[in-house]
Amino acid sequence: MNPAQIKAKIISNQRLSGNYWHLEFESGRIAKHAVAGQFVNIRVTAGPAPLLRRPISIHGAQAGKVKIIYEIIGEGTRVLSGKEPGEFLDVIGPLGNGFIYPRPAESKGAKNILIAGGMGVAPLVFLAEKLKKTKPLVLIGARTKKEILCTREFKALGCALKLATDDGSLGFKGRVTDLFKIILEQSKPAQVFSCGPHLMLKAVAEMVNEYKINAQLSLEEHMACGLGACLGCAVKTKAGYKTVCKDGPVFSGEELIW
Amino acid sequence: MVKPKQPNLSVKIGNLDLKNPVMVASGTFGYAQEFEDFIDLRKLGAIVTKTITVKARQGNLPPRTCETPAGMLNSIGLENPGIDRFIREKLPFLKKLGIPVIVSIAAEETPDEFAILVKRLDRIPEVSAIELNISCPNLQKNKLISQDAADTLELVSAARKLTEKCLITKLSPNVASITEIALAAQSAGADALALVNTLGGMSIDVHKRIPKLGNWVGGLSGPAIRPVAVKMVWEAYNKIQIPIIGMGGIMDTESALEFFIAGAAAVSVGTANFINPQTSLEIIAGLQQYMLEHNMQNLSQLTGRLKACQD
Repeated sequence: MNPAQIKAKIISNQRLSGNYWHLEFESGRIAKHAVAGQFVNIRVTAGPAPLLRRPISIHGAQAGKVKIIYEIIGEGTRVLSGKEPGEFLDVIGPLGNGFIYPRPAESKGAKNILIAGGMGVAPLVFLAEKLKKTKPLVLIGARTKKEILCTREFKALGCALKLATDDGSLGFKGRVTDLFKIILEQSKPAQVFSCGPHLMLKAVAEMVNEYKINAQLSLEEHMACGLGACLGCAVKTKAGYKTVCKDGPVFSGEELIW
Repeated sequence: MVKPKQPNLSVKIGNLDLKNPVMVASGTFGYAQEFEDFIDLRKLGAIVTKTITVKARQGNLPPRTCETPAGMLNSIGLENPGIDRFIREKLPFLKKLGIPVIVSIAAEETPDEFAILVKRLDRIPEVSAIELNISCPNLQKNKLISQDAADTLELVSAARKLTEKCLITKLSPNVASITEIALAAQSAGADALALVNTLGGMSIDVHKRIPKLGNWVGGLSGPAIRPVAVKMVWEAYNKIQIPIIGMGGIMDTESALEFFIAGAAAVSVGTANFINPQTSLEIIAGLQQYMLEHNMQNLSQLTGRLKACQD
């Protein structure tokens, strides 16, 4: 579905915990056509600063409503957190190429594994909804217990859930990729879907490539246009530079050069 | 009551007739197709393509952009498919639009590459004009052609001999005297000047103590550079006769008007395309409204009509 620039009415905008926020806006068009892994590009202010739109993953989309979650990390997300229900947001979307959903039959008994690092849970909840018939295993990693998000959503979708924290405050003590390695040595997954920090994705890519497992990785990069025009969000692939905004944000594990 | 006459927005740039004076700047609009879902491209005064080189260029090391106060830095590095693939893959879509297509070109190594590019484009009727990008800051050169009046004169003169098409020369603001370079381009036979390209800049991640751009330095654009650009348009306008296409942080009608009043015959919308793809069309409407309110029938009543004092 072609993206559009819309004025979307905010339904709710609330703090989840700490610096994490949850925003829901109305858009029949985006809700109907969005694919998990796609993003929306939001203009947070009409003024000149912060200048650029903020690309944010779609966290959920149904019944005319689109959900995003975001972390306040700078001026743009701080301004976004001040928006009230009833205000209108200038949104472009849905943008980019999302995850390709596997059919249940493709799994052949093996599990689909979703690996999220920090805010990387956002698009994977949306993906888990689409894959719920395959009962995926979800691994979430973060620095501490406080940064582990969306566990309730995954459980409600019937996903098996394993957690990892760097400080051991919840679940496995260590990196989510260490946890993934243990699971990988026990049984080979059907396919891996992952979103999170650059270094985590790199570690996931190395493992899936070694074990020859199909993987779809969702990348994040600073963007100017979000439309494939400025070529600012380039990442290196075996076929040369590609744009995260238009060729991605989801890439196959084997095509990326880290 | 007599209904006021709609102002005439048309303008002539060299031998090129534009139905309105609002175009989109090179490098900020891809090859137009990227924006077809968001605006009616046929309403634009003209489209300036992303800069093309003889051979394909992969561009600079990421990260390639970073946001700055009221602006952004880029160091894309002229990533483009090269002239052959541009003509084969990008030009057909542009040809269909039926609006003037201005192709921006640059050389990677030697000025001879400009000659190759001009000759190729000269043969294509749907290419309305050629923009000589002698001011890209992202090619790791010590000195840009447009930072030297003699180099500018030589390069533009050479290109002028190869084509009758409208020839636009895009200049850098990173110079001691913009009028010196503008005069050189004019005497070399340029039909118009595009003022200005990005301003050199750098931004540092203080936590990691590394430059924010993979290329270390880049070009600054957006509202942050607008006063610099307006001043250069005004300075050049007072010294040259050929038309000026003004650009640099144009975000809306008011900022576009600054350029016209300073002396621009036309304007280009650049970074604003990233933030609001509708910007150029909004400016066309806003300009029409402004001229109507100020009883202006055509753009010559606006261009360069800066008043001396506040009387």
